[in-house]
This record gives sequence, structure tokens and C-alpha cells, in this order.
Amino acid sequence: MSVTAPPQPPRAAKPVVRPGDRIFAGTARVAALTIMLALAGVFVFLALEGYPGLSAPERIYAPATDFWSYVGPLVFGTILAACVALVIAVPFSIGVALFISHYAPPRVAVPIAYVIDLLAAVPSVVYGLWGGLALAPATRPLIDWLYDNLSFIPFFAGPPSVTGRTMLTAGIVLAIMVVPITTAISREVFAQTPRLHEEAAMALGATRWEMIRLAVFPYARSGVISAVMLGLGRALGETMAVAMVLSATPVVTLNLISNSNPATIASNIASNYKEATPDKQAVLIATGLVLFAVTFVVNFAARWVISRGERNLTR
Amino acid sequence: MSTSTPLEPDTFAITADLAQPRLPAWAVLLDVVLAAGVAGLLTLLLGWSPYAGLVLAIVLAALGMPLWSLLVEGRRAAADRLATSVVWASFGVVLVPLVWLIWLVVKNGIGVINSEFLSYDMRNVIGEGGGIYHALWGTILITLAAAIISIPIGLFTAIYLVEYGRGSRLARVTTFLVDVMTGIPSIVAGLFALSLFVLIFGPAIRIGFGGAVALSLLMIPTVVRSSEEMLRLVPSDLREASYALGIPKWRTIVKVVLPTALGGIITGIVLAVSRVIGETAPLLVVAGATDTVNFNLFNGRMTTLPVYIFQQYSQPGIVGPAGGDPPGYARAWGAALVLIAIVMVLNLVARIIGTYFAPKTERRR
Amino acid sequence: MIRTSFRRAIVPGLAVLALALTGCGAGNSSDGSDGGDAGSSLSGSLAGGGASSQDSAQQAWRAAFQTENSGVTITYDPVGSGTGRENFISKAYSFAGSDSYLNDDEGELSSAKERCGGEDAIEVPGYVSPIAIVFNVPGVDSLNLDAKTVASIFDGKITTWDDPAIAALNDGADLPDTKISPVHRSDDSGTTQNFTDYLNKAGDGAWSYDADGVWPIKGGEAAEGTSGLVAAVKGGEGTIGYADESQAGGLGLVSVKVGEEFVAPSAEGAAKALAVSKPVEGRSDVDLAIDIDRTTTESGAYPVLLASYLIACQTYDDANEAALVKGFLSYIVSEAGQQASATQAGSAPLDAELSAKASKIVGAISAK
Repeated sequence: MSVTAPPQPPRAAKPVVRPGDRIFAGTARVAALTIMLALAGVFVFLALEGYPGLSAPERIYAPATDFWSYVGPLVFGTILAACVALVIAVPFSIGVALFISHYAPPRVAVPIAYVIDLLAAVPSVVYGLWGGLALAPATRPLIDWLYDNLSFIPFFAGPPSVTGRTMLTAGIVLAIMVVPITTAISREVFAQTPRLHEEAAMALGATRWEMIRLAVFPYARSGVISAVMLGLGRALGETMAVAMVLSATPVVTLNLISNSNPATIASNIASNYKEATPDKQAVLIATGLVLFAVTFVVNFAARWVISRGERNLTR
Repeated sequence: MSTSTPLEPDTFAITADLAQPRLPAWAVLLDVVLAAGVAGLLTLLLGWSPYAGLVLAIVLAALGMPLWSLLVEGRRAAADRLATSVVWASFGVVLVPLVWLIWLVVKNGIGVINSEFLSYDMRNVIGEGGGIYHALWGTILITLAAAIISIPIGLFTAIYLVEYGRGSRLARVTTFLVDVMTGIPSIVAGLFALSLFVLIFGPAIRIGFGGAVALSLLMIPTVVRSSEEMLRLVPSDLREASYALGIPKWRTIVKVVLPTALGGIITGIVLAVSRVIGETAPLLVVAGATDTVNFNLFNGRMTTLPVYIFQQYSQPGIVGPAGGDPPGYARAWGAALVLIAIVMVLNLVARIIGTYFAPKTERRR
Repeated sequence: MIRTSFRRAIVPGLAVLALALTGCGAGNSSDGSDGGDAGSSLSGSLAGGGASSQDSAQQAWRAAFQTENSGVTITYDPVGSGTGRENFISKAYSFAGSDSYLNDDEGELSSAKERCGGEDAIEVPGYVSPIAIVFNVPGVDSLNLDAKTVASIFDGKITTWDDPAIAALNDGADLPDTKISPVHRSDDSGTTQNFTDYLNKAGDGAWSYDADGVWPIKGGEAAEGTSGLVAAVKGGEGTIGYADESQAGGLGLVSVKVGEEFVAPSAEGAAKALAVSKPVEGRSDVDLAIDIDRTTTESGAYPVLLASYLIACQTYDDANEAALVKGFLSYIVSEAGQQASATQAGSAPLDAELSAKASKIVGAISAK
């Protein structure tokens, strides 16, 4: 059932190249190159400044002993926090986006969309304050319950934290920071589904859900993936909120509800950069380089998964 | 769809299908009331916490409707009911932290805001009093500069990706790099901007513009990603119609493609601005901190609202003889509320611009 | 048509914006510039930065100094001691605040000398703050503990509040059997550095780790910054942590054993402990680096304290810069300056002797 046709690239029959066109195309290309240049600049900066950090004196890495044992728990923590955040945020974002674009009455949908956009603007410091002061204590009954009933799952192995400042809380805070971004883009994309496709599906007797599955999702697929990618970026790179919420220490554990959690790379840089000596600063910048690599690999993997998925889909 | 006239049995089948029983409109209401009742009763009888009761009520309501529908209306309708329940429930759940957060900021912030808070800076202020005037200007100027840098770059890159570079190697690499760029931690962007400016101007440089550069590094990926998606969704019929009239490609982009996608592009830009307006770490590193108002982006330190909030929170001063919280906390919440209000206004203005410029389409909303 | 409606929408918006922002200077600044500068010859701006522990005190000093010299603008970036020292050495800052004195392990002392044109860098203590050991146990407001017990608690060897070791030091206190949750700073901080130094030196072998700004033990509850730590201790039950005394409001306080008595955290106690400590050996005349005596038995001294330094040069190329640094630093170490930070930031004023010594050193700052 192919109800959608992705927009075809415009086919220029006999290109008449006008100066205006050439200038415009040139500018666009320069803009793309600027981005590459900026990224290359960041990379070179990180590599130059961070290189000495790979082999600093042993005491700099305390309580670990060398760079890789220092950065290991951080990489783990970064990925774990991002996973928890996305697992929570993505289904909810899609749900809310659908609610705004297809379920809610239009008069309600506009203000709701507005409020959710606003949440992207709450400063991360405020998310940190809220997470640490309001959310963390409120999660304590939840983590106690999880520990009492589900402690056979490694995620809830406990012992439960007495302050609630756990990886689970950090994940929830990150999720709430991610939701506005993914929701905003997804809903724009959902709303762009051609009306004709939707009406055709309805005319064939589809229920609303079937219409969404047949007409909206295939059309919005790539857009939703972009939205998730942006959310992932925010989850990976967030600094202050995680630093303020998470009770961090260099361990590797899947346990989401105890008081010993691995920090994320970004939050660790934020926590330690201020008081660092030059040697330590180099180490921290080197961990920034590692985060760069992690983002690279994660994006690469995601892309691979998506392209495999797309091959299975007849589009 | 065949053009032949439908045969009798088909017509019967359709009427039979249409005649399947449907639950009345009040069924939903009944379902919610019943779920709430059952959950409330259980909560009371078993002495659960009200949160557990609420969760149970939501789960019961979300599952009860599809089950009922499955018994009466059949499988497809039940799936539809289930989807509706899930969408509504997810919306309800997301609303909880959002409302909680906003309520917290408003509750703590509203009492501080008065004309003095908005028009005073922190120069020579110790203890109570003082305001956010300097930080307000710092935020406006630095964010504006960041937007001026990143919107053209981001938008043109998106145009390149969608209109010119489709399938080319540069386009593929750029898309990938933009994704990688979204993961740059904000503090690394700040350090990069600092070392860039130190390289050019010497070690003592701390200027607001440096902060703008750091922020645009964080802003560009969001602008590119969102506008790219929006441009991609512009139907190619529109472009082809324009080409058919002999209109050059660049004019087609400016006059047809961009206006059609404008609503989405503006959402993306507002989102990108919102994303960076709340950044703390990079600005503290590059733009420094000051108590005094500074209007010049290219000379001297500038404080922005998030930096101000962070400072007031981490150095709240000491509690006065009257007791209570240190004076910095109230200022931090007040500044947070102002920051959210700024973004709200910005959002509104952007939307108004969007609706005035966008062509009439069949889009919802 | 589109244009008109757009304009109609935007003009009032701009008008409102313009109206709101017409006032140029901030309300309080424009008031202040009228008077107060009688007799002051100082003007211009001075950039410093470093330890965030000093930030509150710097606000107080800045406010007073700028009120007296209205043509002066001083900035202090609370970027942290490490960055502060580095920026001082790279000449980005004219002076720096640092929670630890310059150390030659990484060549900082010699780099600072080089930055100051071959002369030794000035280091004077400016901000002294007692570190309180705070806890949250319902029904208990204060406890007597010795360093060894504190070390065992933070090392996880003593795990409940009714442990015999705690009970032995607190006759008659009603201690619950709650689990102890020690909370430490997750960021690299001077407070942690000084606290672990105290545990290491006074802990009688119960603390096997070196003094370090990063908490040396894996695991346990951690929180970001003083505010975060205080919030975490308040948020949990049976928690214990360490924070600047001025921020410890509302929490239970530990009195530590000094000699034969138990001393509660106080500014006077910290000042006394600093006064009886010895200067670091092998330093130049302008370097007042102090090795705090954590094991002092002096009556009334409170040895868990943080001393934060001001780092500057003896001479500056620029005459105005020299005058500003001299003026501002002289004010900080003066009695008036120390009193200002004591009331506004809860710090411990330097004792008269140390203050006089420091005043003499910074008073000699000059232009080349």
C-alpha cells in the first residue's frame, strides 16, 4: 500500500544558469562548508588541547589510574543517561505531537503547542533546581517501590537512594528537556501530511488510528527521526542540569536507583573544569574529545539502523 | 477504485459493516468516571498513596475503553480506541512535570518582580535588592547576535541540503556532521570560542560577542535540522509549477519554497533560540560576569540571565537576621521567570510574523 | 496587503519595546554616579577572577570599593581557582582569587614569577571561611565528634547514627538507628580540598587518602556546589556533609574535638586557627602562603577552615592598573574590608597581625 510519494528532487530540464542562481547556490554551498569548518575547528581545538590529557600524571585521574579507566565510567554514564531519557521521551513526544496535530480540538491544540515550545526555553539551571529540589524527593516512594518489587531487574537493584538524586531522576529531567524539542518538530511534520492522503485513507474506511499509521507515519518518518536525533544531541551534551541533579561518582552500574551513579562526560566537565589545574583541564578536554567520538559513533549507528529500516519499507 | 458500477453483494457488505454497533459518545465519560471510582475505592480501602491511585485510574481508563470497544465494536475500532487512549494519556502525563515546573517558577518568581528588579543592576548591591537590568540586556544582545550569525548559515545550509546538494557527497557529510554537532556539550563550545578569541585578541579578551559565537555553535544544528525537514516537506508540485512558469530556481526558493515552509522554519528557529537562551557555562567562560550594564557586544564583559541565575543560586549571600532563604534565591527565581517571559514574547512575535507571511494552505491550525 | 497587516502588527510591538528600553543606564547606577567620588583619583576597570568561594565576599568588597570610587568598575569572574590562576598567569586577569596557594608541582609558582616580570608574585590570604560539618538527623541539633570519627563516617566505616563510637562522644544524646548517608561534593572544590586535608592530618590514621579537591572515594552520595550539597543534606534523612558555615543555616552542626574540648564552627575559631598556623617554608617575603595547622590544640581554635588567597604582582606595566590593584587589594585586607566580608559573606576576619602584614605587602604594589 503506497499512499505516499516522497517529494521528488526538482528536475531541471535544460539548466539556464542565471547569475542570481549561481550566487544563491554558491551562498548555500558556502554555508554548508562553514559548518564543516566550524566543526573541524572544534575538533582541532579539542585534539590539540586535549592531547596532553591522554597521558597526564597518574594522580590527576584519581580515584582512577589512567585516562581510559577515568573516561570509561563517564562514557557509560553518558550513554545510559541518554538512553533512559530517550526511552522515556520519544514515546511521549510522539504521543503529544499526535495529540496536538490530530487529536486535540484545534482551539486547545494551539495553546498547548505554545506551552510546550516554551519549555524548551527554561534554562538548564532551572531544570537542575527543579530536578534537585522538587523532583528528586518526590521520586523516593517510586524508587522504594521499584526496589521492593522489582529489585531482581538489574536496573532496580538498589539500595534505594535516600535523597532521590539518582540516574532515574536525571533521566527523567533529561527526558523533560528533550520532550519539547522532539515534540515541536514531530508535530510540525505530522501537520504537514498532505490532506489528500489522509482523506483518501479515511474514504477507504480506515479508522483514525489506521489513517495515522498508513498516511501520517510513513510521510513523517524522516522528520521524526530528525527530531529524535536533535533530542539525543541535547541529552548527550547537557551539562548543568545533570550536574545539579545526579549524585555522581566514577562507577559503572546499570542500577538506576542507588546513590552511586556514573556522571556524564558533559556534566563531569562542568563540575570539575572550574577548579582544575592545567593538567586536569587537558584531561577534561580530552574527555570532551571522547564525547565527540561517542556522538559520532551513536549517530553513525543510528543512521545505519535507519537505512536498514528504510530498505525494508517500500517507499 | 474501479469505475464499474458496484454489484449488489458489495453494497450489502458495506451496509453490514457500517451497521456495526458503535459505542455512544458518553461511553468515554462513563469509562473515565468508572476508572476513577474503582481506583479511588481501592486507594481508600488499601491505603495506597494518592499518586498510586492516580496512576491506577489512568491505566484503568486507558485500558477499559479499548476492552469495552473490543467487545462491542470489533478489533479495528478497539485498536483505534486504544491509540486514542494512549495519545491522551501520554499528553496528560507530560503535562504533569511541565505544569509543575512552570508553577514552581511562577510561584517563587512572581513575588520578586517589580519595577526596581527590572531596572536595577547589581552594581554595589549586597544583601537584598538589586535587579536584572544588566543581565536582561546581556541576554537580549548576545542572543540576538547569536541568531544573526546562525540563522543565515543554518537556513542556507538547509537550502543547500534540500535544493542543491541532494544526494551529493557534501550534502551527506554535512547532514552527518550537523548531527554530530548537536552533541557538542555547551561548555566545550564556550572553551572553543574562548580559545578562538584569545588567539586573535590576546588572553584578556572577554566579550559578549564571544558568547554569541559559542551559542551559535549550539544553535546552528537545530536551525539546520528543523528547516531541512520543513523544506523537504514542501510538495514538489509547487516547485515544478514555478519552474514551468520560467521562474529561476533561486526565485522559486525565495518566493515559493521558503514561504510555504515558513511556519515550520520559524518553529525551528524559535526552538533554537530557546535552546541557547538558557545556556550558562559557555557564557561564563567567554563573556565573563559583571554587575554593571554593558551595551557593547565587542567590548567588556556581559552577564546574561542564566549566568545571573546560576550566580545567585550558587552564591546566594547569607541569611539575614529575619531568617528564611538567602536573598540570592529569590532573585534567581525572579530572573528565571523573566527569562521564560522573554521567550514567550519572542515566540508570540515569531508566530505572528509566521502567520502574516505564510501563504494560506490547507494545513491544520 | 500582506505588508500592511504585518506592519500594523509589528509597529505597536516595536513601540512597546522601545518604550520599555529607553532608560539607558540601570536605575541604581545612574543614581550612584552623582556623588561619592569626592577625593578619589581612581578610575577605570579592573578584571580579576578565580575561586567561586570568594564570590560573595568579592561582591561585598566590590560594592564598598566602587561606592567609594565611583569611576571604578571591578569585575570578578567566579570561574574557579584553577582557571583563575591560569588566567592570572596568561595576563587575562590583573589579580586572581585562589583556594590553594601557588604550587610548584606543575610549575605555577615559576610561571607566576615570569608573568610578574621576574619578581615573586604576591600571595595574601583574603577570605577565610570555617567549614561546617552539617547533618540532618531529626531531633538532633548538634553533635560532638573527633576527627577520627568524622573520617570513619565519611569513609563508610561507621554506618548508623547510634554507633558506639558516636554515642561515646555524646553522652545522653538520643541517637536514632538511621543509616548514615555521607554527602560529598561532586565538583572539584577548595572546600573538599581543605576538608580532606583536615581528615588526613587530624584523622589519626582513619583517613588513608591524600588531600584532594576531588572526593577520593568511589560511590556514595554526591552533590554539585555548596548550594547543591546543602540541598541534598536537607533533602535526605540521616545525611551528613560539609559546607561553608555561612550556608549551613537550619542544619545540625558538628563540634569537632580540638585538644580536650569540642569547638563549634565559628568565624572567630577559624581566625584563631589560622593565626596559630605556620607559613609555608621557602616562600618569598611577599608570599603569605600558610600551611593550616589541622591538629592544633589551641583553645577555641576551629581547624576545619578554608583560606582563600589573592594573587597579584608587585609591579605592573600600567600605572593605572597598578593603582587599582593596590587600592582594591589594600581595601580587602584592611580591617574595614574584612569586616564587610564578615557581615555580608560570613567569612572570618583576618587577625590584626596578619592583616597588618598583608596590608604592608599590597601597599607596596607599584608601577614599573
